[in-house]
Amino acid sequence: MRALLAPRTGGLLALAIVIALLPAVLPNNFYFNVAILVGLNAIVCVGLNLLIGYAGQISLGHAGFFGLGAYASALLTGSYGWPSLAALVVGAAAVGALAFLLARPILKLKGHYLAMGTLGMGVIISIVLNQEAGLTGGPDGMPVPAFEVWGWTAYGERTWYWIVGGTLLVTTWLALNLIESPIGRALRAIHGSEIAAEVIGVKTERFKTLVFVISAVLASVGGSMFAHYSGFITPSEAEFFHSIAFVTMVVLGGMASIFGSILGAAILTVLPQFLAVLHDYETLVLGAVMMSVMIFLPKGLLPSLAELLRRRSL
Amino acid sequence: MSALTVAGLSKNFGGLSAVSELSFTVEEGQIFSIIGPNGAGKTTVFNLITGVYRPDSGRVWLHGEEIGGKPPSALAGQGLTRTFQNLQIFFNMSALENVMVGADRTAETGFASALLRLPAVRRRDAGAGKQAVALMERVGLAAYLGADAASLPYGALKRLEIARALATRPKLLLLDEPAAGLNHAETREIDNLIRSIAEDGVTVILVEHDMRLVMGISDRILVLDRGVWLAEGSAEEVGRNPDVVRAYLGTEFAGSADAA
Ligand SMILES: Nc1ncnc2c1ncn2[C@@H]1O[C@H](COP(=O)(O)OP(=O)(O)OP(=O)(O)O)[C@@H](O)[C@H]1O
Ligand SMILES: [Mg+2]
Repeated sequence: MRALLAPRTGGLLALAIVIALLPAVLPNNFYFNVAILVGLNAIVCVGLNLLIGYAGQISLGHAGFFGLGAYASALLTGSYGWPSLAALVVGAAAVGALAFLLARPILKLKGHYLAMGTLGMGVIISIVLNQEAGLTGGPDGMPVPAFEVWGWTAYGERTWYWIVGGTLLVTTWLALNLIESPIGRALRAIHGSEIAAEVIGVKTERFKTLVFVISAVLASVGGSMFAHYSGFITPSEAEFFHSIAFVTMVVLGGMASIFGSILGAAILTVLPQFLAVLHDYETLVLGAVMMSVMIFLPKGLLPSLAELLRRRSL
Repeated sequence: MSALTVAGLSKNFGGLSAVSELSFTVEEGQIFSIIGPNGAGKTTVFNLITGVYRPDSGRVWLHGEEIGGKPPSALAGQGLTRTFQNLQIFFNMSALENVMVGADRTAETGFASALLRLPAVRRRDAGAGKQAVALMERVGLAAYLGADAASLPYGALKRLEIARALATRPKLLLLDEPAAGLNHAETREIDNLIRSIAEDGVTVILVEHDMRLVMGISDRILVLDRGVWLAEGSAEEVGRNPDVVRAYLGTEFAGSADAA
């Protein structure tokens, strides 16, 4: 159990095993659908945790990047006939470029101001997607062609399960690598004390920009995959509420815990699907979860659990 | 060549003149102390030199090169770093990792090789780890190699900041009240540590209220009062200076000046 909670070695292996074995116990496509949604949310949350949990920079607007990725794929493949993979990559690159341009002015803000700044950014993206009806279909949304690579079409829950599972595993591996590297230490140092990081040689602005771009790109990739998988998207993907959902998953699972983000995404995706009551009151439940975690488990689920086990074993 | 030259440095906060027309020179290899009553502007001088604040006017040269306008991270790359009067520890990391950040040449780490954890990154990590261990041992923190920074006692945190600063391999090190809040024995250790740092050829600028420490260790002392240059010289010269004694009247320093 402790090895399982230890990042990298144990954790990565455990994740691979879970992903590999889960299909054996999932009874039908409804469950596969839930697993896929967990995976997509987890990909976004791993990126978001690099920004929020590790570097300590809040964002209440990342659904905006998710939505932009979704629409980039929908538009480029549907309206312009691009290959799916090219659309995904170009969409992610464009979102990354946008995040790069926004990073300097936005990340100069701190605390509440940063929260408001990113919130505004997400709202603007959401408004643009709603208003550009000629391009996006407006609030009614738009259909998205199936994901196609070299003549092969990704179709059905089972296929998508493996695509999303594989992407999550790779994303997790890359994120763990980054965290353990000097770059990861620099990000955590910025969280700990920006001024101290600066005076010992960490170019804080550069690293904040980097992590903002990484998290935006991952959100965009998640959005692109979601668009192709679901086959239909609306501007609500970019909504403020969706941003809050992502942040809640990160906070619930645990700040600065990659596997915590996956756990948080799993819990908050699975629960509403199985408890109809939760589904009807999703917003309310998210709010309650956020408040409870902040009050009772400020470190989030996985770090608290790990701490408990460590104390037990002492 | 002098390690640091400051000319006509001024900084105002609103109507308050925190530092005014300050000039001084620190020679290489010296332990140079800046003293003065609370609010004299000592920390502000550090903030101006390290690029944390922009001076309203004045110029600064580091080893003969003008450094005005450079961000702190760039100056760290040029061998200038510091510690803080109010601890600035990365409490979200282990003690060892705190020092490793100082040892990391983050700017030289490629993003792709970090993502893929290529052998070059692994070697770099191992190297930074080894340096950090050696530095923690040097400052007397060998007992905390596996500890979270948040679990260290206050005195150890003071030394952790010094180890982290040393990890950047500075040529000029600014220490802002390294002995504040420490007991007698701990202050002695800091005293020895500063001497050994200077013996390694690092120029040290020290801000400190512990007059016994300052008087014993300093090659040269600058006295500030309300942002203004008041006196400069050896411990003996400064201790004899009537202006200094007056500025410190009724404080610890007046006592120690009498004793000198
Ligand atoms: N960021 C700031 N904004 C406004 N005023 C400031 C700021 N920093 C310092 N000051 C003021 O400038 C003056 C000098 O402060 P500084 O911290 O440099 O003094 P100091 O000599 O380091 O004092 P101490 O011995 O108490 O640390 C003080 O009056 C202080 O209140
Ligand atoms: Mg001070």
